[in-house]
Amino acid sequence: MNAAQSAPGALPALAVEGLTASLRLGGTWYDAVRDVSFQIAEGETLALVGESGCGKSLTAMAIMGLLPDKIGRMSAGTVTAGERRISGLTEKQMEKIRGDAVGMIFQEPMSSLNPVLRVGFQIAESLIYHRDMSRRAASKRALELMELVRIPAAAQRFRAYPHEFSGGMRQRVMIALALACSPRVLIADEPTTALDVTVQAQVLDLLRGLQDEHGLGILLITHNLGVVASNAQRVMVMYGGDVVESAPVGAFFANPQHPYSAALMSAMPRVDRATEDLNPIPGQVPSLQEMPAGCRYQGRCPLRVAKCAERPPLVAVSEGPHHLARCWVKAPPPGEGA
Amino acid sequence: MSAPDLPLPVEPEAVPAPRPGRLRALYQRATRSGALLVGLAMVSVMILCAIFAPLIAPHDPYAQSILHKLQGPGPVYWLGTDQFGRDVLSRIIYGARISLFVGFVSTALAVVIGVAIGIVSGYFGGRVDRLISGANDGLMSFPQIIMGIVIVALLGPSIHNLILAITITAIPAFVRIARGSTIAMKERDFVDACRALGFGNGRIMFRHILPNIADEITVLASLWMATAIRTEATLSFIGLGAPPPIATWGGLVRDGFDNLLDSPGLSIFPSIAILIVMIGLNLVGDGLRDATDPRAPT
Repeated sequence: MNAAQSAPGALPALAVEGLTASLRLGGTWYDAVRDVSFQIAEGETLALVGESGCGKSLTAMAIMGLLPDKIGRMSAGTVTAGERRISGLTEKQMEKIRGDAVGMIFQEPMSSLNPVLRVGFQIAESLIYHRDMSRRAASKRALELMELVRIPAAAQRFRAYPHEFSGGMRQRVMIALALACSPRVLIADEPTTALDVTVQAQVLDLLRGLQDEHGLGILLITHNLGVVASNAQRVMVMYGGDVVESAPVGAFFANPQHPYSAALMSAMPRVDRATEDLNPIPGQVPSLQEMPAGCRYQGRCPLRVAKCAERPPLVAVSEGPHHLARCWVKAPPPGEGA
Repeated sequence: MSAPDLPLPVEPEAVPAPRPGRLRALYQRATRSGALLVGLAMVSVMILCAIFAPLIAPHDPYAQSILHKLQGPGPVYWLGTDQFGRDVLSRIIYGARISLFVGFVSTALAVVIGVAIGIVSGYFGGRVDRLISGANDGLMSFPQIIMGIVIVALLGPSIHNLILAITITAIPAFVRIARGSTIAMKERDFVDACRALGFGNGRIMFRHILPNIADEITVLASLWMATAIRTEATLSFIGLGAPPPIATWGGLVRDGFDNLLDSPGLSIFPSIAILIVMIGLNLVGDGLRDATDPRAPT
């Protein structure tokens, strides 16, 4: 449905179809992510936004096959990286995929590196493990990677420990680690949230540069709309496990359709608008057990109508073919009025 | 809609001067108190005695001489002789070989086995973990000495069985510490990062978690080595150690008991040797603990 950006015929770097992830709470399975579908073309960045607990990270975990054992499972859907289907694999097969075909970086660069192993070795380890490289060749490549992510004086820092690196430098190391085996897709889960604003800009800058050079598809998970605006080509908004809006970045910021997206946008502080107060969204995300049937945003929505008790489909809005929303009022399916 | 391409300066962070590595920082902290150094010195002296026993010992520890039996300390036999006229000093020096060997080997075996079990148990959790830690707590509730006595009594006294008995009594302590530390460590972000890199459980457990818990294990191992040597001495003392005429410290103390009133040195001198090693190993353990304690002032 979102095949817009990819050149005709080219396989998307990552294709997710109907992904549903469930969590077990008190013996019952609840769908925490419902029917998420998207494609990321090579060289494209898709931003996944939403507030805490909306299912962004869970989506990433499901793609990586890293849902917590026993209390989490991917109950439906397929994930395809390039031509390889990577959902429904055994754990052993999945280990070969992770860090090789799909890379991932995390929110916390401060704690995501092993504190007692040398940085250079940690980068080399992935190459030794996935690519059967010799220690010497892997170390050489690791040093190149450290230079690639623009770590100054990489040769001196090769044998340093993580505590000798600042947050931004550690995130660069994490990027080098994730890219060691040249994956086609990188899942970046809040990659800059823990960093200072200036360092944030540098890290995002680096990611963009690497993306241009290597044609990397990036799934950028964030709750920072500013990061979305300057880094992504397309954006997907999640609420309560549902994708509520999916649009090209320009169209999204010019004209957000779903009431939740609109509320998110007006809750954002702006320097160019003289408002005295922020407009927070009233209420909070209901817990999984208390999710209403139908539209999950209905409890907080100012546009609520009777129809919202049924789950709206994700359909194109009048603004354009690639702009989709899940709302009876703003995006009525063809043939149905609100 | 892309951000204006401001020239972003590279992170204003100077390359650090080669800072003291982790080991050197550890060394500096460890040696500040001096306890570790004193302990190391005490243990090293004993280890050197054990290694170079044939060169150091002034007499043959097994040579009997009725003419010289039960002599007090003197210029020829520095610490006197026993009821068979054997030189006490030489026997203590040779005894260090057995006592330290048994202590070291049994502790090393207990570390390897106990840590492996503990990491696996803590890492996987669930039913296997409940089974292992239940059995482990059961083993720990037995007094070590009783356990050692039972094992040696069943298998018969020999150095191998002594090592086996001490190893078995020491394993539960290492299972427990490795399990606990692993449980704390596996929640850390870097373990998730390892999984995201596709590393298997074995690699995560033994290449990534183990180095992170190694300092706690080292501290415990040095303290347990003291316990192992004491257990060896105790079992030898009650006659369940290495069979005579092999000289062991516990055995020497027991042999001296028959003539305690006439020649108290026969029991006292080997006891002092045991004491020195015990104090030394405990100082080493405490010093290492202080050095690796993250809460200690840097």
